[in-house]
Amino acid sequence: MFTTESGDEIFVVDGHVHLWDASPENTKNKYGEEFIKCFYDYHRLGPDEYVWPFEKYRKYSDEDFEKDIFQNGYVDLAIFNPQYLGDFYYHGFSNLDRADNFKKKHPDQVIANGFWDPRNEAKGLKLLEEDAAKYQLRGIKLYTAEWKGDSKGWKLTDPWSYKYLEKTQELGIKNIHVHKGPTIRPLNKDAFDVGDVDEVASLFPDLNFIVEHCGIPRLNDFCFIAAQEPNVYAGLAVVMALMCRRPAYFNEIISELLFWLGPDRIIFGSDYALWQPKWMIEQFMKLELPEDIAKETGQITPEAKRKILGENAARLYGIDIDERKKKLGLSTGSKQSESKRVTAVA
Amino acid sequence: MAAESKCDPTQMSLEDQMAAVWSALEAVTDPEIDEAVTSLGFVTAVNVVDGDKVAIEFRLPTYWCAPNFAFLMASDMRDGVSNLSWVRSVSVKLCDHFCANLINRGVEQRQDFRDAFPGETDGDLDALRRKFLGQAFQRRQEMLIRYLLRAGYDSDWIKDASVNDLMVAPLDEQGDRLRNLYLIMWRRIRRSSAVEHERAFTTENLEPLPPGQLNVYLRKISAARHNAEFNGVFCRSVLTMRKSRTL
Repeated sequence: MFTTESGDEIFVVDGHVHLWDASPENTKNKYGEEFIKCFYDYHRLGPDEYVWPFEKYRKYSDEDFEKDIFQNGYVDLAIFNPQYLGDFYYHGFSNLDRADNFKKKHPDQVIANGFWDPRNEAKGLKLLEEDAAKYQLRGIKLYTAEWKGDSKGWKLTDPWSYKYLEKTQELGIKNIHVHKGPTIRPLNKDAFDVGDVDEVASLFPDLNFIVEHCGIPRLNDFCFIAAQEPNVYAGLAVVMALMCRRPAYFNEIISELLFWLGPDRIIFGSDYALWQPKWMIEQFMKLELPEDIAKETGQITPEAKRKILGENAARLYGIDIDERKKKLGLSTGSKQSESKRVTAVA
Repeated sequence: MAAESKCDPTQMSLEDQMAAVWSALEAVTDPEIDEAVTSLGFVTAVNVVDGDKVAIEFRLPTYWCAPNFAFLMASDMRDGVSNLSWVRSVSVKLCDHFCANLINRGVEQRQDFRDAFPGETDGDLDALRRKFLGQAFQRRQEMLIRYLLRAGYDSDWIKDASVNDLMVAPLDEQGDRLRNLYLIMWRRIRRSSAVEHERAFTTENLEPLPPGQLNVYLRKISAARHNAEFNGVFCRSVLTMRKSRTL
């Protein structure tokens, strides 16, 4: 919970977190080694005082997570988005079991999503059913650049992908988090193309597609697609990190997103342990867009911040914020009217 | 004979040769950022050996950067430097990248992308290159039009101006730079020289600009600039971290 200077309490959902293991014991090959090193370069884009030693960054503890997310990070609910990377790490990089075990310790504060890979074909469909029951899945994370033997990636529009999307829908799982990386076949095409999101979002209007990192580096294509597809959302993981070293660019991006998607379809995510939510949320709450940007796309309101930091994700996952607050022993009730008052004053 | 038309390498100092190579590399851009590979800090080493052999090394912000873009940049560097009259051979080496071997071999053997990555493509890189040329065109056009509007040229002038009108317009240093950047791209998307009587400003599909105020059109094409700048910021930041890492 983040409390504003005026005493307004903001329920915070971190829409993108990990408990990963890239320890030397779990790392299969040089690709796993290079993957975590690349992640470490991104990590160092954040504030210096939050940079960890590389050894800790490879594998950190549940206690680190509890401290950085729940105690210091203002987060009331954290959503795990697994990244398996089975070709790089023996037991996966950010796997379901570790997240699930962690969830058992904090049942009201954690949502642990699953994943699927259409290249597992019929066998994987069955596994998805089992996972859905075993982990009570409410969301799925897809990483289309995952290596698998000779294959260096897949598309949401691959024939087996449709079957998985149908199965996902049938199982009552509503939220699909999509992340693209740069190795999708065919290699001669734009590897970051988000056109396949457009197609599946139209075909599966009852599913929500949260495009992680706002489709970076195809932010412009993403915005055009999201403007047309009401079930496409912007996940702010990675984009938030720009606030540290390039705040002016962060301002431009958040104003673009507000212009194209509006405040109801943008979702905060720290991408922990890449970065920590504490400084991001503190800086975001202070954010005021400069006049020249605000003139074109409007100022970011306290109400928009409240939505982005928690209400939007809560809505997608059917979380009753008042009820959650009660469980956490926090005050409830007049928050809506308070937020309206703050907005009106602003 | 070709050899006779070449400058005698002994006539050029090593310093001049190095400067000529760097200058040729300045014309090579990262297609999605529309900035020179040199100003982005990608080129890590340039050497001239035996008076006429050039060796270039470059590194991208991550081990995982898209191989198609890496291939385009590496071949553009090879071609740009090969065009220098005194250069007999060019080697371009991409370092620390998951596809470094395939890309370096393909560029050395002047393969097209299909042959360098057999079975992993369904064509060459032409369509990709065209797409990103279109984006670079929009980016440069938006910057120039916004500059012209600030300098007092109105929407009607901009919509009707010929290439000649644009070329003779008295602009200050900044305006002149934006105009040059734009006209280079104007030629590249048409694959021809600028013809003086042709319209200076068209859409990327070479159609006249939409009627009415330019603001709506500019707002639309500004997405290309936002995207390129955003990627530029990210690439630079990550590359800085990668270079400073000692692991």
